[in-house]
Amino acid sequence: MQITDTLIDYLGELSRLELSEEEKQARKKDLTDILNYMDRLNEIDTTGLPEMTHPFDASNNFREDVVSNGDRRQEMLENAPDKKGDFFKVFSTVP
Amino acid sequence: MNVNQTNDIRGLTALELGRLIKERKISSLEAARIYIDAIKREDGEIGAYISVFEEAALAQAEAAQKLVDSGVGGPLAGVPAAVKDAICVKGERTTAGSKILEDFRPPYDAHIIEKMKEAGAVIIGKANLDEFAMGGSTETSYFGVTRNPWDLERVPGGSSGGSAAAVAAGLAPYAIGSDTGGSIRQPCAFCNLTGIKPTYGSVSRYGLMAYASSLDQIGPVGKDVRDCAAVLSMISGRDKRDSTSVIEHGFDFSWAWGGAGGSAGSAGAGNGSSWGGAGGAGAGNGSAWAAGGMDGAGGSAGAAGTGTADGGRPLDGLRIALPTNYFAMGLAEDVKDAVLKAAKAMSGMGAQVDEIEIPLIEYAVPAYYIIACAEASSNLSRYDGVKYGFRSKEAGDILEMFYKSRSEGFGAEVKRRIMLGSFVLSSGYFDAYYKKALQVRGLIKGSFDEALQQHDFILSPVSPTPAYRIGQQISDPLAMYLADIYTVSLNLSGLPGIALPCGFDREGMPIGMQLIGKPFSEGGLIRAGLEWQAATDYHKKRPEPRKGRGQAE
Repeated sequence: MQITDTLIDYLGELSRLELSEEEKQARKKDLTDILNYMDRLNEIDTTGLPEMTHPFDASNNFREDVVSNGDRRQEMLENAPDKKGDFFKVFSTVP
Repeated sequence: MNVNQTNDIRGLTALELGRLIKERKISSLEAARIYIDAIKREDGEIGAYISVFEEAALAQAEAAQKLVDSGVGGPLAGVPAAVKDAICVKGERTTAGSKILEDFRPPYDAHIIEKMKEAGAVIIGKANLDEFAMGGSTETSYFGVTRNPWDLERVPGGSSGGSAAAVAAGLAPYAIGSDTGGSIRQPCAFCNLTGIKPTYGSVSRYGLMAYASSLDQIGPVGKDVRDCAAVLSMISGRDKRDSTSVIEHGFDFSWAWGGAGGSAGSAGAGNGSSWGGAGGAGAGNGSAWAAGGMDGAGGSAGAAGTGTADGGRPLDGLRIALPTNYFAMGLAEDVKDAVLKAAKAMSGMGAQVDEIEIPLIEYAVPAYYIIACAEASSNLSRYDGVKYGFRSKEAGDILEMFYKSRSEGFGAEVKRRIMLGSFVLSSGYFDAYYKKALQVRGLIKGSFDEALQQHDFILSPVSPTPAYRIGQQISDPLAMYLADIYTVSLNLSGLPGIALPCGFDREGMPIGMQLIGKPFSEGGLIRAGLEWQAATDYHKKRPEPRKGRGQAE
């Protein structure tokens, strides 16, 4: 697997990361090295095998749909980088 | 207290200190002050802590003393503790070692912090870690590197390197770590400590900053097995806020330290007859060493060091698998020798040690990094500069705010893993990498299940080398990943493992081994660990006093 400039730009976009030219070149090299190593998984035939997403069979943890944690609005807003009144403040999200 | 006593306190295990507090030989407040003063004096050269909570710790110490005075509170009531800074403590800065959370103060306690506070623990500070627990050397933290107390030029391991360094340097009696791919066991091996990576589902992850949710597990870092047993008993158990936490009442390993009614060696609840595992796989294999199961009763008979009544040997009936192929790959000669010597010693203690092969280990690292990075890229998408954490000042619109906040807030290793995760999950590559890794994960789990059908535990090294020099590996990410070869399979499979000191290399650096068990066989692992530490004294060795330590002021 060879990571190209186009692919690095695309991965930056997917990851919401802005990369300097230097970072792009470094990531191109080390992601290529790492993926080449990962490609050795192809030595194993996994045709038809199940995908193990979780260590054990987990069942959902159902509960009644009632509020149990109270109103913690002000506590949550304490960590906001920017706020206005009872709300998080961000740039306009519609053009 | 005089200075000599002060330093004696720091040599004690957490349970020993807890006992002194109960016997009123020292108050909880005095203990907290001794540790906080020691951190102020000595942590400059170690860098084990990101934050020290002097005021909150002293208040908790007073509250803990009241618990002790009224006869309640666990065996660790009033004993100070360090907590890895990836675990939320209400109102106190919790950073995950990242600039992006530099000023984050969680509005809630993690489940394990609630349990620790109930038990009278005194949290004195937050331990350094690789940024978002992504690393094996504690060199990627935004807050600087942590140094190994055994040799300040070397890494303490990681990602729970601050937790391990704090305990090894006598700057905390015990610590809490988290293990996604070896992050408790490997720093314990590097710092001559005991650590447990519990079975996935033993400890609630509520309040642990998520790295890879299907792999992450919180666990203890301690001076010996007893301390780890006490800490795991305190923090394990079901929490409805984490649907993957499954053991209803938590473990009760009080037999390990003669707690619970004070009768040392009392059998655990349920079956006190066997070593190996429960929770399914182990049942009915006829072994004499089993434990617990998902009801959380970590039953196991007999305390360590007591031998058996009929003059038998301490590990009689224990069947250990020694995977010979683990020792045929590039590992340091001294590590190989120490672990094989330990296998021989355990055989002398009565264990049946069988040489076997556990296939597929060479595929564990690639499968692990694909899965861990995929989960990380998803988990870390929450850091966007909106609700908490760092927001870039350079942005002019909402998209730029996301990009710039993340780019300025995350360090290089975290960015690398997010990009790798985004790649393996992206359309066109998903099947070839992510799906493939999940299939291989199933095969790896299968190979461990098979080995554990015929054996109670698997014995392996923790890391291919002892602690290496700071800066030696950091520029080669692939080499860093490959060093996780012995640890990541347990996380992929959900199995428990205990790291135990088993020797020193020719330069005097500690070497660790791990015992791996069936799901929820922590009771048996602890019992075997107790027997090992009753027969050896590696775990009692401490680093040479550093300049300024142990001297009157």
